[in-house]
Amino acid sequence: MQENQILLKEQLNEVVMKFVIYKPLIAKAAKAGQFVILRGREGGERVPVTLVDWDAQKGTITVIIQSIGKSTFMFNSLKQGDCFLNILGPLGTAVDVANYGTVAVVGGGVGIAEVYPIAKALKEAGNKVISILGARTKELVILEPEMKAVSDVILPCTDDGSHGQKGMVTDVLKNVVEAGEKINAGFVIGPIPMMKFTSKLMLELGIEPYASLNPIMLDGTGMCGGCRVTVEGKVRFACVDGPMFPARTIDFDELIRRTGEYKDREKTAVEHYEKDHQCKLGLH
Amino acid sequence: MPNPSSPRQNGHQQEPSVRKNNFEEVAHTFTHEEALLEADRCLNCPTHPCQNACPVGVHIPAFIAKVKTGDIGAAASEIMQTSLLPAICGRVCPQEKHCEGHCVLKAKFGSVNIGGLERYVADTARAQGALKPPTPCENTGKKVVCIGSGPSSLACAAELRRAGHDVTVLEALHAYGGVLRYGIPSFRLPREVINKEVETVQEMGVKFKTDVLVGATITLTELLKEYDAVYIGSGAGLPMMLGIEGENAVGVYSANEFLTRVNLMQAYKFPETDTPIRVGKNVIVLGGGNSAMDAARCAMRLSPETVTIAYRRSAEEMPARAAEVEHAQEEGVQFEYLVTPKEVVKDEYGHVTGVRFTRNELGAPDEKGRRRPVEIAGSDFVMPADTVIVAIGQRPNPTITKTTPDLKTTERGVIALNEKGETSLKGVFAGGDIIRGGATVLLAMNDGIAAAGKINEYLGGK
Repeated sequence: MQENQILLKEQLNEVVMKFVIYKPLIAKAAKAGQFVILRGREGGERVPVTLVDWDAQKGTITVIIQSIGKSTFMFNSLKQGDCFLNILGPLGTAVDVANYGTVAVVGGGVGIAEVYPIAKALKEAGNKVISILGARTKELVILEPEMKAVSDVILPCTDDGSHGQKGMVTDVLKNVVEAGEKINAGFVIGPIPMMKFTSKLMLELGIEPYASLNPIMLDGTGMCGGCRVTVEGKVRFACVDGPMFPARTIDFDELIRRTGEYKDREKTAVEHYEKDHQCKLGLH
Repeated sequence: MPNPSSPRQNGHQQEPSVRKNNFEEVAHTFTHEEALLEADRCLNCPTHPCQNACPVGVHIPAFIAKVKTGDIGAAASEIMQTSLLPAICGRVCPQEKHCEGHCVLKAKFGSVNIGGLERYVADTARAQGALKPPTPCENTGKKVVCIGSGPSSLACAAELRRAGHDVTVLEALHAYGGVLRYGIPSFRLPREVINKEVETVQEMGVKFKTDVLVGATITLTELLKEYDAVYIGSGAGLPMMLGIEGENAVGVYSANEFLTRVNLMQAYKFPETDTPIRVGKNVIVLGGGNSAMDAARCAMRLSPETVTIAYRRSAEEMPARAAEVEHAQEEGVQFEYLVTPKEVVKDEYGHVTGVRFTRNELGAPDEKGRRRPVEIAGSDFVMPADTVIVAIGQRPNPTITKTTPDLKTTERGVIALNEKGETSLKGVFAGGDIIRGGATVLLAMNDGIAAAGKINEYLGGK
């Protein structure tokens, strides 16, 4: 067993893989809401990925990766027994876990994995945890048993109605509150538009929202400032000040624009890889 | 006989029109003939003002004398008595401020090209396999950890190992060298040179580890349980931004991000490498220091139409090295002096389209003696740009200090040292940008060497 080695790889659906990796120092230091930066090969990108779980005794960390571009596709091609080239962490400020009373934990797609450690920590802190898991379709609802184990109420929903309620996480949240549930705080992780609209709804429903942001990052240590976000009208670095921020004043539109900066380059990278390997990555 | 009046050898450089299209080193190492001609100019003054002016005290006349004899390995060993990173020093030291600035030939014939000779000795000895790191003293049984693998930590680690300690270097990024790797471009300092200098320190027996961010992966307090002493050489590592409207527009980089993409991640090789970078048609670099020059010259190599450095004072006050400014100008970088950025202008998609500036005139000198820029009312204008790079300096990264409450800092966020050069924690020493806030490679190295001396004393007296 060596550092950075993949001890267990599990396919959660067509594009999402779970990795349990041997990394004792990170396993010992990790807290809910933190992340690591992964690198797979020489010349490879530094990719921030949320710490989903960790076991200080076994010295392992768990990450869940969705293939969305060349780098994540290559990560997901690594096999059990292989090693990541670099893993740095735990990075970012841990979530302020307190007993808020009743909390809503909302995960969208692979965001379900990212919100899991927060749900777990909130449950351990004595909160009543209402978890809402949203995805396009049944296969994309991941970690439902794990989320169930740390939630008092679990409410899956899908766009096509193939699992749980048909509709979006915002519809489900609204129903919960209308049914008389008093929720004190909400933690939401998922695609940026989903976080934007869920946070907005939470404010309307009197729930204090928190969202975990995923801007472009490079070093992850506060050195480059590429992950600048605007919160409360102030420039913050998501890698050290976040990634979780009070969502009330996050400038989500700016975040959407800034994360789109290299969309065309990501396409170039995929095309270059496909040409080199004479294959199709089958990314959506 | 020395021949001081023979013309100073400046070596050869890539032509500006060629080099602005590549990332290869601008200046070539002296040929053997050039080195001999230049070495012959040295008078070997007994008072060696050059050596006295070198912060590290390199035995300059002595190493040059050995160049004259043709024993380059011996010349290298002479340099390495005081500096274990000669190939880096020869390239990035501001020699004009130190050794060459004090050469007795300066006024009449031009200083001896000491930087060029040092580089020649390091490169040649290494190529001949004659660059031998000193044999460390007998093991002391003491363990020391150096945080960061930039110039300060590298120098400290090498000196500590020389003294016989068991030394480990912890680096947060995936490659060693700190600012040498992520900040300084390969056309000034080839990656191979950094690799080789690190290998030399490794050959001495110093252990290196990547992916350890002290303050996150492990705390300073934990390190103190495992090691007898700690050196913090973690650098500046927190970019300063302007705080003006539009600064988060798409297309605005900090110099750190821009340089890290190009230098550490080698984005200029994309898509062979995986990290992208975007340089538009018109690039504006805000600032006038060495990072601004590096960023502008990197940008120039990524095929824009124009690159303009905008600085709020005049050419005279600009902090960048004169040679770097000259290189940038030769490569076609334009300079707009006496302008203060007021706003980053953007389009409806949030992408930068320009910078609105106010023109300045020079007023009374500030506390450092540099004349202060004073805005001229009503002089606003917009300079078009689709890429803006903010290069106005750095502050110390707070990762370690935030997680070590007992480690005292000043109001500027730098680690505070007492009059003996110690931090507020027993066994913890610090140097380089983490105590200076943003200085030069040479000062950082010098701090590392000085700290190694203090750590020796501390460990010896224990």
